Parts: sequence; structure tokens; C-alpha cells
Amino acid sequence: MAVTGLLLVGFLYVHMIGNLKIFFGEETFDHYAHWLRSIGTPLLPEAWYLYIQRGVLTVAVVGHIVAATILARRARLARPVKYAHRPKVQGSYAARTMRWGGVIVLLFVIYHILDLTTLTLNPHGVHGEVYRNVAEDFAPGRWYVTLFYTLSIVAVGLHLRHGLFSAARTLGQQSPRSAVVVRAAALVLSVTLVVGYLSVPFAVLVGLVD
Amino acid sequence: MDIQVRVWRQSGPTDTGRMVSYDVKDISPDASFLEMLDVLNEKLILDGDDPIAFDHDCREGICGACSMVIDGTAHGPEKATTTCQLHMRHFKQGDTIDVEPWRAAAFPVIKDLVVDRTAFDQIIQAGGYITAPTGAAPEAHATPVPKADADLAFEAATCIGCGACVAACPNGSAMLFTAAKVAHLGLMPQGQPERDTRVIDMLQAQDDAGFGGCTNMGECSQVCPKGIPLTLIGRLNSDYRKAVRKQL
Repeated sequence: MAVTGLLLVGFLYVHMIGNLKIFFGEETFDHYAHWLRSIGTPLLPEAWYLYIQRGVLTVAVVGHIVAATILARRARLARPVKYAHRPKVQGSYAARTMRWGGVIVLLFVIYHILDLTTLTLNPHGVHGEVYRNVAEDFAPGRWYVTLFYTLSIVAVGLHLRHGLFSAARTLGQQSPRSAVVVRAAALVLSVTLVVGYLSVPFAVLVGLVD
Repeated sequence: MDIQVRVWRQSGPTDTGRMVSYDVKDISPDASFLEMLDVLNEKLILDGDDPIAFDHDCREGICGACSMVIDGTAHGPEKATTTCQLHMRHFKQGDTIDVEPWRAAAFPVIKDLVVDRTAFDQIIQAGGYITAPTGAAPEAHATPVPKADADLAFEAATCIGCGACVAACPNGSAMLFTAAKVAHLGLMPQGQPERDTRVIDMLQAQDDAGFGGCTNMGECSQVCPKGIPLTLIGRLNSDYRKAVRKQL
């Protein structure tokens, strides 16, 4: 869980920084998108790096889901008779919603790939015109897309708030003092990620990007 | 004070079990929760009913025998308190209190509120020991132990093995128990020879017994009557990682 999760978080951060290039204008953003296809050339043929990365990420996602399924299944088997009286778990909302939050994030990732990678569901849908694809996607008339995007990103943020701390603990974090630091870092990193990702659709919504 | 208790009644391991309501009258606020059940049991016996079976022994908070989930919280609403040290003054006149046994596949119900905690013994058997030479006891000061290690080892060793951590865990995991046992021996110089095999074998025994996996929710530490710190689970994970790497 921890290793695959941290790999995915690393990708999320790089992806977010790339997204923020949209604020430098259409030409810069499209140029950045083209550059992604040329990473590793001429050592690797065009776009190979991208496919290698996609392969690694897919393995990480599948590994993460398999581990989560095993944990959920073991949890179900470990308590065959439920409590008649069970107050809410005292752990954070983020910790309580890891499993269903994860399912929401997965559904979002599928939609997101169909929307902005394969462009199947994109209203503009022209390969290479990345800036226009994003701007048309989050146009005010398509508020429901922005709403779903926002909810999904918040779900990712919550997932990471518990996930980052939990990953550190799984990898051996054990002093009470560093636990405070790790919890704070998890919160700051999650909030940064949510703000970074949401800045794009909301910039489109208010006309900063069009 | 007058209260109503809804207690899990299960005549034996094969019975399906159900919650049954009982009125308990004229209970002193200074009575412990177990004494309240004693009073109720005496009434049940006089009425010719089967008394409620529950585990108890020292009744001073150190044996780890008492084990009941009160209103959904293992050992009841008071922090760092065993059921026997929980007093009725923490409840209100007219309250309805739900009492259930620990719920875990690894802790099958024997009768009513009594569960079989042999699974914990199996975890201890797998690695809760040290290699010590027989013969005369060695001079106590011959083996120096850093104060910080001694303190943390002692804190871990206060685990009374009641199983509240398992009862509270949303995953039904015994991680806090195992972590406490691994830490209290692993922090000591005498526990070093088996440090690697201990963590691997005890975790294996825990998994074999049918406990769930840990997802770092922290419920265990919240209900622990001895306040075993959650950080010990990080220590167990760290020990496990190092032990597995050495085996490669």
C-alpha cells in the first residue's frame, strides 16, 4: 500500500506542476505537452518514456487496489458478527473514508483518461491542442464536469491526508515527535495538491484561462 | 440509580445470540460496572434465569480478564480504564447501556460476554520469549540498559493482553498487541538474539489466527486501558522491514 501509494503521489505532484503551466498561456502549455512526448529522446523513440511511465503507474494502481482489496477482505472476515451498537470511529473522516474514497478516485481516473488523454469524452477533443481541450472542458456551461472534478480532487486530498501518514507509519515512522511532523506534512501536502489541481478548472470558470 | 442494560446473550459457541434488555434498579453510583452486573446476576439467579457470563479476575485493572464493549466502546466511555475500574457514576439515571462481547473471528464467543482469547496466546508462543541461560540469576547491573529504552520497554510491557485493541479496530487487527509485545522484548539487550525471528513469527501467528490487517486508524490506542502508544506499530513495521531484508 505504502510503496505503490507514494509512487502515485509522486506522479500527482509532477502532474500538478505541469498543469500549472496553463497559467503561462496557450503556447507554453501546448509546448509543455509536446515536450512530454519527447522525454528520453533520442535515447528512446518518441513517446516511449510516456508509455513506460504509464506502464509503471498502471502497475502501481493495480498493486494498490489489490493490496486494498486484500485488506478489506481480511477486515470483513476478521469480524463476522457486527456490533449492535457502534459509534463512529474516532479516527479522522479521511481515515474512515479510505476505501470508498479510493473507489471514487478510481472512477475519476477512468473518466479523466477518457476525457483528457484519449479525448473520447472531451468537447474539443483535438490531439495537441491541450490548452483548448482543457478550456472547453471546464467551460461554465459544463459546470457538472467541474463539480465532479472538484469532488474527485477533494476525495484525492482526503485520501492522501490519511494515506501519507499511514504510509510513513507502515515504512517504520515511530517517534512521537516525528509523528507530529508527518501528520502536519500530510495535511500541508494534501491541501497544496487540492489547491494546485482545483486552480485550473476554477481559473477557466472565472475566465482567467479561456 | 436505575438503568436499563441491553446485553448480548449467547448460550454457547453455536448459538446465534441476541441482545436482551434488563432493568437494573437501585445501583450505587460508586459500584463498578462489573458489580452492577453482579447485582443483575443475583437477581437473574433468584428469578431462576441463567446469569450473564463474563470474564473477570483481579478487578483492579491489571489482569486483562474483563472484556466487554460498552455502548460501542471497548471497556466503556472512560479513557485508559478497564471495565472493572469503570464506575456507574459515569452513566446517568435512566440510561440504556449496550453491552457486547469483543467481536472478532479470532475471538469466538464461548458464552454471553466471554470470548476465547487463545489467539493471543498463540501470538505470544510464536515469539514472546527470550533466550536466557539457566542457573543463578546474573548480577542485575551487568547489562546496561539506556533509560529511554527501559522506559519505552516498560510502557510497552504494561499491555495486559485484554484484546480491547482488536475489539475496537475497524479491521479486527491485533497489531497494537503484537507491536507492544515485539517492542517490550526488542528494546531490551536480553531480547536481541530473537529480535528478527520474533517479529516475523509473531506477525505470522497473528495473520494465521484470522486477525485483520492494520490500516493505521488508531482506534486501538484510543481504547487501550493501558494507553499503549500507536507509535509502537511503526516500530514493529520498522523491525519487520529490517528482519525481512536480512533474510533476503
